[in-house]
Amino acid sequence: MMTRQAAGGSAPPVPQAGGPRPVVRLLSVTKTYGTGDAAVQALRGISLEVASRDYVAIMGASGSGKSTLMNIIGCLDVPTSGRFLIDDIDSASLDEGQLALVRNRKIGFVFQSFNLIPRMTALANVELPLSYAGIKHAERRARAEAALRLVALTDRMHHQPNQLSGGQLQRVAVARALVTTPSLILADEPTGNLDTAATRDLMGVFDRLNVAGRTIILITHERDVAVHAKRVVQVQDGLIVNDQRLVGPADPPPMLREAERA
Amino acid sequence: MSPAQILRFALAGLFANKLRSALTTLGILIGVGSVILLVAVGNGSSQAIEANLNSLGTNSLTVLHTGAGLFGSASGNTGAQSTANLTVADARALSQAAGVASVSPVVSTSETLTYGGNSDTGTSLTGTYPSYFQATNSPIGQGSYITDDDVTSARKVLVLGTTTASDLFGTANPVGQSVDVAGVPFTVVGVLKEKGASGLQNADNSAIAPLSTVQETLTGYGSLNDIVVEAQTPAEVNAVQSEITSILDRLEGVSSTSNANFEVLNQASLLAASTSTSHTFTVLLGAVAAISLLVGGIGITNIMLVTVTERTREIGIRKAIGAQPGVILAQFLAEATLLSVIGGALGIVAGLVGTNFTIVGVKPVAVPASIALAFGVSVVIGLFFGGYPANRAAGMRPVDALRYE
Repeated sequence: MMTRQAAGGSAPPVPQAGGPRPVVRLLSVTKTYGTGDAAVQALRGISLEVASRDYVAIMGASGSGKSTLMNIIGCLDVPTSGRFLIDDIDSASLDEGQLALVRNRKIGFVFQSFNLIPRMTALANVELPLSYAGIKHAERRARAEAALRLVALTDRMHHQPNQLSGGQLQRVAVARALVTTPSLILADEPTGNLDTAATRDLMGVFDRLNVAGRTIILITHERDVAVHAKRVVQVQDGLIVNDQRLVGPADPPPMLREAERA
Repeated sequence: MSPAQILRFALAGLFANKLRSALTTLGILIGVGSVILLVAVGNGSSQAIEANLNSLGTNSLTVLHTGAGLFGSASGNTGAQSTANLTVADARALSQAAGVASVSPVVSTSETLTYGGNSDTGTSLTGTYPSYFQATNSPIGQGSYITDDDVTSARKVLVLGTTTASDLFGTANPVGQSVDVAGVPFTVVGVLKEKGASGLQNADNSAIAPLSTVQETLTGYGSLNDIVVEAQTPAEVNAVQSEITSILDRLEGVSSTSNANFEVLNQASLLAASTSTSHTFTVLLGAVAAISLLVGGIGITNIMLVTVTERTREIGIRKAIGAQPGVILAQFLAEATLLSVIGGALGIVAGLVGTNFTIVGVKPVAVPASIALAFGVSVVIGLFFGGYPANRAAGMRPVDALRYE
């Protein structure tokens, strides 16, 4: 592990100029909360590009601005200044309804606290984004079942959230995130509420999804989790302080390679 | 996002809180039910009043002896004519007026009737002419009418109302039996058909005898209590009313209404007055019920606000995974409207069941328009009172909603 980190460290932070088409592009993004004396600058000029099929971990202490960054990348919030583009669509030009459409089609969310809807079965929860996309019942059912199969939860799909363990809940959430085949899977501290075994399981799921071609952005403060990514970006006081590539964007994720080697 | 899917989400939301949904529904149920039932009660009572007034005979006018002399001194009116009696001669004069079919002079008194061990107190005994039966729409059910001959000969004969007959004779046939009226024996010749209660008075607790007999044995030859005048057709009632008023004014020497010793009552105008009274009554009942419907509607707003606040996080999740604001709005609006529509439907059932019972002596008659209106209003209430909470849900920013604990 140390050797790989050293190897990653030796590679210079690469601007994504000639690489694959960027899914996410931030250009000098700032975000200020409040006005006047009470104004707090959460982001102070962040520029970042994430290529298709990349697997990026964004790290930072609490208060570093990484949650604000995640809200902007997730189209839940818009920047105060600068530009944010997802699949070359500028979020500033979109109204609330169009933002909802982008969230539905282009982004799959995985949250720290799972955020499944209570009293709805795992299957119904996974079907939900497809419902909002206007997809018919039969296709919805088939795609939701396929997504649950991908996270190895076929036997639990008719359970309600309160009948599932934390690890299972998070895998349902991952299934929900990927069921719409979004351009980007955005995970906000997905392992924050999980034990070591469940964390290992979940990261295995993310690794496999990346191999299958999904672009993943992972926000975390755990180094053990960040090392699964191909690239680690460190945020501090609203600025990127370190951008470290571990392996190339088209390569398999490092931990998967390790597991295969073992 | 299909409407069916939105409806399914709304139903799931309601089922998540069954007790709360049921209680909110109850508010609308009571509102709609009471609108239907109370309007039906008002309608039923006005129909009952109409039926009663019709049974009195719509062609007839009643000249009432008001005994103005009794109050004359108090009102400063001491004119000698004002104490004048209504007499049989007056009645005879009225029968000359155009358009008059019959004139029946009436004396009435309250007497105790006894037969064997049974007695009936407070029976209204009317002394009159045979034409009275037709003028007041009082047909005989059993036996025969009093005849002109009975009146001329002052025979002690009697026709009983149904209540009086059953009080005295039970199920036995009263015709031909002898009844004591204040100690004087009368022979029963007939029994009237049942008329039903009219207001506070039971029209069936009555007895009718020849005018001459009653005056001779019971009341003496003082003033008549009233004169019932029957017009030939209902259309002539108003003309006859003004004609007999002027005849009586001349006969009694009345110069102005203040010293008149009589008053002419028109059944048709009584009917109109009662109809408008009972209409007012219906509107008042409906208004009270409408207030309870409004309170039920506010209950919906209240519970939907609680629901929206409670489910802020869920709303955040739905928005994060791509629910359009319009879809969120529709979902909560559908929940509120389902509450009010279910409540409204159950309220209609409850209201219609309620109309099968007699309420404070009134048989309610449901008004179809009130059912349609109450249901329509309950739907509108759902949309209106659910609108504010649903709008609040739709307008939430996903970032804030997701952060809500």
